[in-house]
Amino acid sequence: MALGLSIPEPVARQPWRIILPLTALVLFGTAVLYSASPIPGGSMRPWAMMHLIHYVAFLAMALVVARFPREWFKLAAYPVYGTLLLLLVLVEMLGKIGGGSQRWLNLGFMTLQPSELMKPAIVLVLATFFDALPPALTASWRGLVPAAALLAVPAFFVLIQPDLGTMLAICFGAVVVIFLSGLPLRWFIGAGAAAAIAAPIAFFTLLHDYQRKRVTIFLDPESDPLGSGYHITQSKIAIGSGGFFGKGFGNGSQSHLDYLPESHTDFVFATMSEEWGMLGGLFVLLVFAVILRWGMNIARSSNDRFSQLLAAGMTATIFFYMAINLMMVMGLAPVVGIPLPFISHGGSSMLTNMICIGTLMAVERWRKPGGNLS
Amino acid sequence: MKSDSRHVSSGTLQNSFDRRSVVIGALQGGVGVLLAARLGWIAVLQTEKYKLQAESNRVNLTLVPPRRGWILDRNGAPMASNKTDFRVDIIPERLVDPEATITTLGGLLQLTAIQVQDLKDKIDKSHGFQPVEVGSGLTAEAYAAVSIRLPNLPGVITQRGFSRFYPTGPSVAHLIGYVGPASAEEYEAEKNPLLVTPGFKTGKDGLEKAFDKQLRGEPGARRVEVTASGKIVRDLDSREDVPGKPIKLTIDGALQDYAARRIGLESGTVVVIDCLTGGILALTSMPAFDPNGFVDGIGRLEWKMLNEDDHIPLLNKAFRGLYPPGSTMKPMASLALQQHGVSPDERVVCPGGYRLGSRFFRCDAVHGAMDMRSAIEHSCNTYFWSMAHRVGYDAIAPVAKLLGLGQKFDLPGAAQRYGTIPDAEWKMRRYKQQWSAADSLNASIGQGYVSVSPLQLAVMTSRIASGRNLQPSLLFGHEKPPGPALPFTPEQFAVTHDGMFRVVNGSGTGAGSRIDIGGIKMAGKTGTAQVRALTSRGHVSDWKSRDHSLFVCYAPTDGPRYAMSVVVEHGTFGARAAAPIAKDVMTFLFDPAKAWEVLLELEKGWGGTPSERLAAKYRAYSAAYGTSAPKVEVDDAVEAADASADKQNAPVVDDTVPQRPENDAPPTMPSTSPSPSVSASPAPPKPAASPAVAPASVTSLTPVPR
Repeated sequence: MALGLSIPEPVARQPWRIILPLTALVLFGTAVLYSASPIPGGSMRPWAMMHLIHYVAFLAMALVVARFPREWFKLAAYPVYGTLLLLLVLVEMLGKIGGGSQRWLNLGFMTLQPSELMKPAIVLVLATFFDALPPALTASWRGLVPAAALLAVPAFFVLIQPDLGTMLAICFGAVVVIFLSGLPLRWFIGAGAAAAIAAPIAFFTLLHDYQRKRVTIFLDPESDPLGSGYHITQSKIAIGSGGFFGKGFGNGSQSHLDYLPESHTDFVFATMSEEWGMLGGLFVLLVFAVILRWGMNIARSSNDRFSQLLAAGMTATIFFYMAINLMMVMGLAPVVGIPLPFISHGGSSMLTNMICIGTLMAVERWRKPGGNLS
Repeated sequence: MKSDSRHVSSGTLQNSFDRRSVVIGALQGGVGVLLAARLGWIAVLQTEKYKLQAESNRVNLTLVPPRRGWILDRNGAPMASNKTDFRVDIIPERLVDPEATITTLGGLLQLTAIQVQDLKDKIDKSHGFQPVEVGSGLTAEAYAAVSIRLPNLPGVITQRGFSRFYPTGPSVAHLIGYVGPASAEEYEAEKNPLLVTPGFKTGKDGLEKAFDKQLRGEPGARRVEVTASGKIVRDLDSREDVPGKPIKLTIDGALQDYAARRIGLESGTVVVIDCLTGGILALTSMPAFDPNGFVDGIGRLEWKMLNEDDHIPLLNKAFRGLYPPGSTMKPMASLALQQHGVSPDERVVCPGGYRLGSRFFRCDAVHGAMDMRSAIEHSCNTYFWSMAHRVGYDAIAPVAKLLGLGQKFDLPGAAQRYGTIPDAEWKMRRYKQQWSAADSLNASIGQGYVSVSPLQLAVMTSRIASGRNLQPSLLFGHEKPPGPALPFTPEQFAVTHDGMFRVVNGSGTGAGSRIDIGGIKMAGKTGTAQVRALTSRGHVSDWKSRDHSLFVCYAPTDGPRYAMSVVVEHGTFGARAAAPIAKDVMTFLFDPAKAWEVLLELEKGWGGTPSERLAAKYRAYSAAYGTSAPKVEVDDAVEAADASADKQNAPVVDDTVPQRPENDAPPTMPSTSPSPSVSASPAPPKPAASPAVAPASVTSLTPVPR
């Protein structure tokens, strides 16, 4: 490799092809969070420093996960899934007792959202399930029904939290795994048709008022300029006013004067775009393209079913985060509480995404043992 | 898609995965391209729109209301100016200890418990960053007291602004009008953000309204950067306001004030016109409101007080009051008679009345032989009836119009009402009735259907006095050139002037109001206009039923300089209420010190100046009604007052009741008749053209049909 012989073997063995772009993205995010700080002139407090710490800690975790053998994953799949399911129920019960909706458990050093961890867990458990499923049964109900059940139970509990965004993320990752597992295409077409019919019904019966409002306002944000439509409108103003080159680091009026809501979490992309312009936006998209292409390549070049489904599912999960978040901030999707991976401030999101990355690294290692750089 | 699902092998699944993963990858790539395109659309193609929106978010433009242009009198003295207004506001979100701050302010500004309560309510309701007014129009001392404590009163702001000030208050109320916050309708019509800026006022009435555009000026502006919650981050820039342009009037401010104050407790008008230019020197209507009190909006109680006053203080009577001119028409009539060949020396014997058919119209007295001059001097109706009968009323009405009666003049300010100079065609149009000989008699002495405004009377007097077709004007330096020459000879004018001279300086009806200031003498004509047909003369307890008192005059008699009309509503006789006012106002023009002496003595008996009397009345109302007065909208209120006044000022005409001829003289004047009323004797002899003595018995005002 071009980097030369001076690099020690344990270092050279690390998956630099993903660590480098990832680090660049996180550092960029740190800069954005530094600027978005409520302290005038920008500051590492309260978000930028925590963001870096989260990244370093979870990267270390990912590198550890990357060394787990395939069998560990398979063994852990059902227990992890079951534990998270229990935690979901526990959170729901605590919320009921506490008299409000609660989504997290306080672990002391950070708050943990079981629903967040369920995103990679559902991919893992479904990959395990389909790996174990005899190919002949793939096209029968014995392939579909257990998979659907594995998805439906956690999806239900997340939905009643209520957390529509996370539920959709869980479903998306799961559906991608099921789709790639080779189930008959007509089932998907049938399910798609059913969804097309069920969605309007669900819209008017299952969704909470505030969720319904978000959808209607997404369709016409100016109809409610001071309410929920405010988020979308202000986000578009921030992105649009940045232009191609942006207003410059620390000069974003939309974020600094508090016009942009959630400027360090869900709408961090708008904060970034205002100061860095479309150029910054293209950089973010480019890094995500690199990461996602890396993930899909791992899936495609793996030679066993479990690895393929696991890698593709993890990639899809990261993709879904990114896609929904960016569509939301640019007015292409309703406001759902989904952060932008590696840039938004928030430990849970970072943990989930680094688990995905770690898993992808592991799958890459199974495929070709030895250093990535060799 | 697999057609036979029962023969699935790991190989087919691998193939399926390969194909489907390409689909998933393509999907991801597609979404990525979509996102990049969307980003380009927002950030590049629509960036101008969003940059504008971001700026309008960030920058808050605060308009600074411009100082209003002054209104000056002919000597450059301000009749409407701006005074520094000290005010204290609170920014609720910056308050640290609201309770303590409000208590401190309440003590410093001497707020009542009710005011403190109101203030707390306002702060509770406010949006945090919007200033809440604690007080405006504060004294410099109170302002200073708060200002020096500002370091200990976070959230309190002291400000110096400007508010409209009328130094002579009620004296100029009707002429100049007043200002107030723009109404919703005004904002809808103009869509100017200045109109909704706190502290900005527009002209609401009179000249303030007519010249609003000139007086308004250009607002200053202050651009600040604000957060989403409205907190000011920093000042960006500011621009000074451009004060409105001043307006200079032909009005003599001191005369205006004197005339208004001299009206005293009466309800009346004084209009003075410059006989050289036609410029209006004074245009007063009293009682009036205090326009200074209207600047901050009129209170409920104030409105109740003004609205319940039967003297109608909200009506500009000089422009919009209509009154039968009565005998003040006689000088005009004398010109009309001469124009139609009546010799001023021809005598008519007044036997105390005039017989027309079976009806007998009573004169005030048995005047005996009267020529034109003495008929004006003694206000002999019989002379004018018989002469008008000879030349015909149609010869008189055009001259009345020519001299300004019934005419509308091109003057800014309140809309004028122009009254009626009736003729046959008018009566047919209005009442669908034939013009009768009795109508002619009534009209020829300024009664019946005739109604004119005080302004028209002044214009008429100025034209008679100067012999020129003067056009009234209000803007100094923009006096209007006289109209076409009047069709009367100097000799004809001389006769009329002689008659008017003798009214005041001879043994005439206005002899009590003689002036002689260094040889300057006044000429005039009294008038008494009846209000109701069926009232007895003299002292009537019901104010509303008393006759109007009128007086027109000019001075000096040799080389007229000033012409004046005075109308006192329900002032009984022209000589009693109106003439003394005219005398003092005319004196003021030649000897102000002497005039002030008279007025100040009078005002002691009236309870002070009009402003002081208004204030005292307000206190009395305040004590009587407290906060129980109903809410009011000022603009509507003034209109309502105008409308009700319009109704009250309709010509006092009842077709079934003939108008009682007017009487100028007090009842103590010698009279051969025990009854003051018009008589319609059942069967008197009918001397064709010569007036006859009235029979003693008077039974009814209603004429007996022939």
